[in-house]
Amino acid sequence: MGRMTRREFLETGVKGIMIASIPGIFKFDPAAAFTAPMEDIVNLNEYYTHFGVDEKIILEVMQTALGRGGDYCDVYFQHNIANTVGLEDNAVNRAYANVDFGVGIRVVSGDQTGYSFTEEITPQAMKLAAATAANIANRARTVAPAGLEHKTVPNYYPVKTLWNDVKIDKKIPYLQNINDKVFSKDTRIIKSRIRFSDSSSYVLIANSEGMTVCDYRPMTSLKVSCTAEQNAQRETNGYSLAARHGIEFFTPENVEKLADESVRRTIDLFEAVKPEAGEMEVVLAPGSSGILLHEAIGHGMEADFNRKNISIFADKIGKPVAPEFVTIVDNGTNLNVRGSLNIDDEGNDTEETYLVQDGILTTYLHDRISAKHYKARHTGNGRRESFRYAPMPRMRNTYMLPGPHTPEEIIKSVKKGLYAETFTNGQVFIGAGDFTFYVQSGNLIEDGKLTRPVKDINIIGNGPEVLANIVMVGNDLKLAEDGWTCGKDGQSVPVSQGLPTVKVSSITVGGVS
Amino acid sequence: MDNKEKLELARWAVKQAKSHGAEEVSVDVAQSRDIEVEYRDGQLDKLKESTQNALDVSIYDDNRYSSHGTNDLRKGSLEKFISEAVAMTKFLTDDPYRKLPDPKYYEGRKDIDLKLFDPDYKKVDSEQRVKISRDIESIARNSSDKILSCTAGYSDSFSESVKVNSNGFEGESSRTAFSAGAEVTVDDGKGGRPYDWNYATVRYFKYLPDLEFLGKVAVERALDKIGQDKMKSGKYDMVVENRSAGRLFYSLFSPMKANSLQQKSSFLEGKLGEKIASDKFTLIDDPFIINGLGSRLYDGEGMVTRKRVKIDKGVLIEYFIDNYYGNKLGMEPNSGSTTNITMEQGTKTLDDLVKGMTKGILVTGFIGGNSNSTTGDFSIGIVGLYVENGRIVRPVNEMNISGNMNEFWKRLAEVGNDPYIYSSWRLPSLYFTEVQFSGI
Repeated sequence: MGRMTRREFLETGVKGIMIASIPGIFKFDPAAAFTAPMEDIVNLNEYYTHFGVDEKIILEVMQTALGRGGDYCDVYFQHNIANTVGLEDNAVNRAYANVDFGVGIRVVSGDQTGYSFTEEITPQAMKLAAATAANIANRARTVAPAGLEHKTVPNYYPVKTLWNDVKIDKKIPYLQNINDKVFSKDTRIIKSRIRFSDSSSYVLIANSEGMTVCDYRPMTSLKVSCTAEQNAQRETNGYSLAARHGIEFFTPENVEKLADESVRRTIDLFEAVKPEAGEMEVVLAPGSSGILLHEAIGHGMEADFNRKNISIFADKIGKPVAPEFVTIVDNGTNLNVRGSLNIDDEGNDTEETYLVQDGILTTYLHDRISAKHYKARHTGNGRRESFRYAPMPRMRNTYMLPGPHTPEEIIKSVKKGLYAETFTNGQVFIGAGDFTFYVQSGNLIEDGKLTRPVKDINIIGNGPEVLANIVMVGNDLKLAEDGWTCGKDGQSVPVSQGLPTVKVSSITVGGVS
Repeated sequence: MDNKEKLELARWAVKQAKSHGAEEVSVDVAQSRDIEVEYRDGQLDKLKESTQNALDVSIYDDNRYSSHGTNDLRKGSLEKFISEAVAMTKFLTDDPYRKLPDPKYYEGRKDIDLKLFDPDYKKVDSEQRVKISRDIESIARNSSDKILSCTAGYSDSFSESVKVNSNGFEGESSRTAFSAGAEVTVDDGKGGRPYDWNYATVRYFKYLPDLEFLGKVAVERALDKIGQDKMKSGKYDMVVENRSAGRLFYSLFSPMKANSLQQKSSFLEGKLGEKIASDKFTLIDDPFIINGLGSRLYDGEGMVTRKRVKIDKGVLIEYFIDNYYGNKLGMEPNSGSTTNITMEQGTKTLDDLVKGMTKGILVTGFIGGNSNSTTGDFSIGIVGLYVENGRIVRPVNEMNISGNMNEFWKRLAEVGNDPYIYSSWRLPSLYFTEVQFSGI
């Protein structure tokens, strides 16, 4: 559809990953990976061997990259192996696999970026790419470091078994089992589609400050979608679970939940109506409704949009933006959560970053360029989709901390409004502040009680206004467990979000009049 | 690697897969070279240049199916990759509908040059690329004192691909694409920072529009948004500008696809031959437009393309049927993807359509929203301009349109004469009556 505007959107479901079978190239000991995955130099040497490089070659590549006087350069090696196996019409009858391998070379000069990548990891190909990226600068050459120091990192995503050791025959029974459960729960179900995906990404980063660091990044998701029929009316809905985890994530309880929730959410739609069009009170259910934060404030706090003067939050640091019981964080360290990272894609440590603390706008989300620009500290938000892209500030797991109210009193306080529970996608215009999110299902609230189900409503508001209109925050914070993917400037990255039960006093609901 | 070498590699990969036991095989080999330049606020901001490769292999083994992709094209790696792909397929359940297309669908490929590859591609040098983005940025930045930020970009890509199916199909193509434009953020004086863009993508370098147009229109569009606000909920007439109309067609495309029909998640199931839209709506899929961004002689499965009327004066004529779901449905395949989507044009310009509106909203962009392919229910955010008696009164935003697709297209009252040529979905501006808007 041609070039779209700078769309910032969030959508559920793991993006059309396809891939995978190059097996066991990495000979990690899973037990070691579980306890102390990235800690010793032996590990670094495994990565060097795997990518067919050593310290000397990397230093030479960096010297080429800085050949025209860049301030900084980094080299990002990645090997990603992804698999999906799918069930449709009661049979596990399709599988997709993809292998992606390459190195990206970035040169930074001031705020400017030169970038190139190659899929051929040979000294010649890397130096050619480095020389291309070097062209962003036009001065006398900068001296590359004399040696590299390895940095050890924590492990926020311990797994018992690496995905490379889980072959397709181990995954197939999960799909069959869930499919049986879905059909046994309700006779109105006529179709069930299930996709089981996993990926393993091996990353090695070196930079001109003399650092190397490596990371193993697992990811998995199980996504169920079903269609039901009743009196010639059909409805489709579903549920998914996603995490940076191993196959042990899919416990019997989680398998049951996938089937239960998919069926319940689909069947509920038979009774669903459309609410009235216009402004009304909206209560957000705990969990995935954190999409509100992602769109209303998260993107606007990414420092590149502020550095470029295009965010509506560009001059609001230190100012009150929400009631004092509102605290919003972006965290890269939640255990096994989809948006967590041991290190960001520039090799910086991740952390829990406060966007809003007690109602005051606190910190932007920084990558290296913006941290330098603002003379601020790194927040570990420099992320990229793959070695094909330069990093930029991106969210990780964005959520609101618990507040003083109970969910019951929040719902009870609403005379006439909307309770939003499940979501598909959202988008924001960073400068004007308009943002939307699409409510797939929820309920009406009438006289303090949840009543009829509702469906297919787009909600639209203005970021700063909606933050100011948060009037109650529950004590029941929940992180989303379904798989969310965020898109920005053509790059997709996995994220998560969360929210306690929250009441917004007024927001526009796309209904009927 | 030129296309001849790619073809040899694809044939070799087919042989490899067969030697490991695959019954039928389909292989795609593609390569692209992409260059991108960005200028921001008077300074070179970004330079990016790279070449990438991909090999995809689909295995059909005893009615078992899987598909595998890699970017490591070294033969040693590929041998291992392919043998594992075949081995993995054996674990799957057989599916009698999985097979390569019947070779009869490969026949009759046209022998015409669609002019998708610009013979002058190699003449464009890095100095020119930088100059174009610098000039557009400078034109845009100097055309208003309200500009807070301005980025202009130029990019081009050269891609080549081949496809081999083991039951008798071979094809190759070479394409170029050139894209340039600007995005602009302006100060509305009240803390808001409206934004808009103007980009164009073409097959031949010489068809890139005038740089003045690319830069200035982006600024004008952003300035037009100053003072935007929501309005009272209600029913208004709506004109959707050509470049945004594709968003609406997307809500029809998904339920027109065979997988939605077969999976019982299409509100258009069983509606062939029925009226699903007004008489004004004639939708054509045309693969043969010279220089077209969606033009092609064969589709992603190797099936020959044809010009097809999909909706004729509001009557649904054809779905989008790929080979697999066609087999499952017992329907003749006609390709599951679009080429160039066009509509039978009306006679009016966008200005004329707006002048004909007594009270309505000219939608210049969509934000978020979604459409339920099973039921046709939709709700989508909009930005635009409020029109009274044919005159633009003020900008609007933060509103939604809602309804059901079954009924929505029946209120298509007029079609513009201005197909959006910078997309493969070349839709003109569209006029709908009585659309449900929600605001205050």
